[in-house]
Amino acid sequence: MTGWHYWLPLLVLLTSLVASALIFWVDEEHSKLRSSINLGAAVLKISLVVVILVGVAAGQVYETRFALLNNIDFVLRADALGVMFAGLSSVLWLFTTIYAIGYLEDSPNRRRFFGFFGLCVASTLGIAFAGNLFTFLVFYELLTLSTYPLVAHRGTAKALRAGRIYLTYTLGGGIVLLIGVLWLYGLAGDVEFGDQEKLSDLAVTHPTTLKWVFLLLIAGLAVKAAMVPLHGWLPQAMVAPAPVSALLHAVAVVKAGAFGIVRVVYDVYGITLTWELGLLLPLGVAAAVTILYGSVRALMQTDIKRRLAFSTISQVSYIALGISLFGPIGTMGGLVHLLHQGLMKVTLFFCAGNYAETLGIHRICELNGVGRRMPGTSLAFTVGALGMIGLPPVAGFISKWYLGTGAVAAGIYWVLPVLVVSTLLNAAYFLPLLHRIWFRPQTGDWPQERTLGRWDTSLWLLIPTLVTAAFSLLAGLLAASDFSPLAWVELIVSTEYLP
Amino acid sequence: MFDWLQNLPLLLPWLVILPLVWALLSLALGTHYRHWLAGLAIAALMLVNLGLVGQWLLEGDLTYALGGWEAPLGIQLRLDGLALALVGVTSLVITACALHASTYLDDYPRAQQYFWPLLAFIWASLNVIWLSADLFNLYVGLELLGLSAVGLVALTGQAEALGAALRYLYAALLGSLAYLLGVALIYSGYGQLDLLALAPLLQSDASTRLALALMTLGLLLKTAIFPLHSWLPPAHGKALPPVSALLSALVVKASFYILARLWLQTGTQVVVPSAAQMLGILGAGAIFWGGWMAWRQNELKMLVAYSTVAQLGYLMLMFPLAIGVSPAAAQLAWEGGWLHLIAHALAKAAMFLAAGNLVLAMRRPDLQGLHGVGRFLPFSLLGFGLAGVSIMGLPPSGGFMAKWLLLQSALLSGQWWWLLVLVAGSALSALYIFKVYQQCYVDDTEVDSFRHPSLWMDVSSILLAILAVGLGILSAWPQALIGSVLDGGAG
Repeated sequence: MTGWHYWLPLLVLLTSLVASALIFWVDEEHSKLRSSINLGAAVLKISLVVVILVGVAAGQVYETRFALLNNIDFVLRADALGVMFAGLSSVLWLFTTIYAIGYLEDSPNRRRFFGFFGLCVASTLGIAFAGNLFTFLVFYELLTLSTYPLVAHRGTAKALRAGRIYLTYTLGGGIVLLIGVLWLYGLAGDVEFGDQEKLSDLAVTHPTTLKWVFLLLIAGLAVKAAMVPLHGWLPQAMVAPAPVSALLHAVAVVKAGAFGIVRVVYDVYGITLTWELGLLLPLGVAAAVTILYGSVRALMQTDIKRRLAFSTISQVSYIALGISLFGPIGTMGGLVHLLHQGLMKVTLFFCAGNYAETLGIHRICELNGVGRRMPGTSLAFTVGALGMIGLPPVAGFISKWYLGTGAVAAGIYWVLPVLVVSTLLNAAYFLPLLHRIWFRPQTGDWPQERTLGRWDTSLWLLIPTLVTAAFSLLAGLLAASDFSPLAWVELIVSTEYLP
Repeated sequence: MFDWLQNLPLLLPWLVILPLVWALLSLALGTHYRHWLAGLAIAALMLVNLGLVGQWLLEGDLTYALGGWEAPLGIQLRLDGLALALVGVTSLVITACALHASTYLDDYPRAQQYFWPLLAFIWASLNVIWLSADLFNLYVGLELLGLSAVGLVALTGQAEALGAALRYLYAALLGSLAYLLGVALIYSGYGQLDLLALAPLLQSDASTRLALALMTLGLLLKTAIFPLHSWLPPAHGKALPPVSALLSALVVKASFYILARLWLQTGTQVVVPSAAQMLGILGAGAIFWGGWMAWRQNELKMLVAYSTVAQLGYLMLMFPLAIGVSPAAAQLAWEGGWLHLIAHALAKAAMFLAAGNLVLAMRRPDLQGLHGVGRFLPFSLLGFGLAGVSIMGLPPSGGFMAKWLLLQSALLSGQWWWLLVLVAGSALSALYIFKVYQQCYVDDTEVDSFRHPSLWMDVSSILLAILAVGLGILSAWPQALIGSVLDGGAG
């Protein structure tokens, strides 16, 4: 049992844990050493995830397991779905770290920042690889703990307030989730992912209880996934530094919630049982409401980061919407959006950070003519925005295409107008920005201009932005190839989807 | 390969003898050799601990009659899994406190003289309590413990501390007196004091009930269970940090330990579920009142002291969760309750030590002094931060595992109201812990005007905090130790 297959998932987790422990140890002044540890660990982690990815594609099982309590195991298991999330988070960790090194240059408390940053990524890895509900819960709460210092990082009254609101929501959600998990454990014992037979038996005897448990689990997860009406923390958390917003929106927090919903529906209840209990429709309706509400609110914002925040609220619920479409195609749309939204949103937040750092631009009306001053960043922003709208060939189009065809295939036609209206709204809140960036002349001086190198901005900030933008484009262009997110999602759906 | 352990002479009495020798030597030799003595004593006791773990694993529960006199006349020591776990935790916490005090007390030369002997007395009396098999020995241990603890609170001789010590003394004496009365009643009724031998004998008559009620009342007072808690916050909040750590982590737990053995092992024939529910209600009162008061404090150490009041309340939930329910639920409650006690001992000791370091560094006791601490004193803060995770009961800490077991027990026996109390209590503790965390993020000073604590002071707190958090990952071991006691016991 103690071959390297046994240790690999734990090892992936440990790379960021050890890195963050080392970073807490390194003195504030040694920024070079800190950056080396950070980047080294990130690269090592990607390599390990790639090893696992190749193994999982070949059918290898990677599992770390030991007893935490009598009858409760700590399980880390790399299955296809988990590897997908782990891959996303480790790749984006690398680029966000590069970005953050540039972004936070010369600011105080970097040791604390990067330490908790690593801890936060370790938690998402734990969430990705958790093999049972208990382990998932442990890392889900750990994520709350490790992201609070990032939200409150600046220490201003506004940041502390955002931190308080963030905690109130996430700890509250954590408690609701805990009660749900506890209840399920009381009924069924240790709930392993992928072992749905236990619950199918229970569904015969306790259908109502299972519905309540489902409600509790999803409500607890929906807080982090920022589903309406539990989304209030997300726009507040925007006061955090840009790389934190990028991480929170693209991989860490909201995705952890969405990923948890996927796990509960597919690997705890099983899609068939969820459907039989009549729980898919309410989930879909909640997701649809969130999509429309988030888009409308995004339209009303004048601050760039706040508009992006409400756009996240709307976009993340595509994942839940895809799951609720009872059929493989819709599932693919939802799952692939988990990756695509991550790539596109991280790009958009990097861009917003670049504008703010270089020119002091925070509000939409200040964007006029910025395309000429910062062409690289603006290009990346354009790619991200068009992808969010769902224009081919950017990745977002693939997601929306599969969602739409999935809805038709499942005969759930009310989803189509939701998709159409939401796409129109997306266009309505992104196109004016692009118009200002490229087609309007600059009006007056930039709010707070700094010269950072001979390009748009410092290369630490520019390169990650361009790379993630390129990824968003490639994920769409090469969707049909064997190496695209879509191909991996197809593998997941073909091996795990059992309707 | 471990046969030699079986052939060792019985190690059990040394758990009491060694600290007593340490106490006498440090009284006799003065303060000059204090560090050497402490180091030697701790090393010797740690070895005894390790040997005992081995012996217990090989032979199971151990008993030893001091001086060869058998019960009921002589003094009998008994080591079961629970006692073993608590002996171990006691050693860890006392070692850390000694490490901390070894440099912290440099500022208090007068206190040196009495701190070390009193620390040794505390250790001896705690071990007497964990190991005692009969009610009268428990009384002796309790009395010795109470007096040493009062002495430690009064150590600085400052007016505030003396006032707190005096209140503590009254509470301790009153509590012991009530307990002793109960013991006398039991002895006159049954002519027997052995905890296990009494269990089948006890009748549910008026005098037994009165005896149990008296003992319970005395022990509740000594454990500072709401509403008898008012002596605790000043005594724990105003004492020196290593003393506060010791008191909150271990000393208050000793009286609870006797209470729990009485109710769940000895008195199973007498206690009724409604009385257990009453104890639970007191516990809930402690959780909410303590949490609320902790949240209202503006002095760091007082906040931590009120947090102890709240955390002790969780222990009381063991009674309603374990009495009058199915054996499975009782087992979960038993394991969860003791695991909580252990996790809290480690975490609260770490927290008090860290709070002491922070107050020393800030040169002021209030929370606003924490501004800039995260930047200039990350290591002093680390101990507090990690300990807070366990106090709040968030994973992956020992506090979380303990709450999980208690919650499962509540769910299993259908007592959802205790489930709500547990959950609401955790939320309340998050409120006051994050109140502290939050101040550490305020960054309004550019210069480091803090006094930096010594390395050992930070290390002692961080080690305990790591243990408290790590306990969550390793809780299968203490669970096995604790759980072994109840097989066929209460329920």
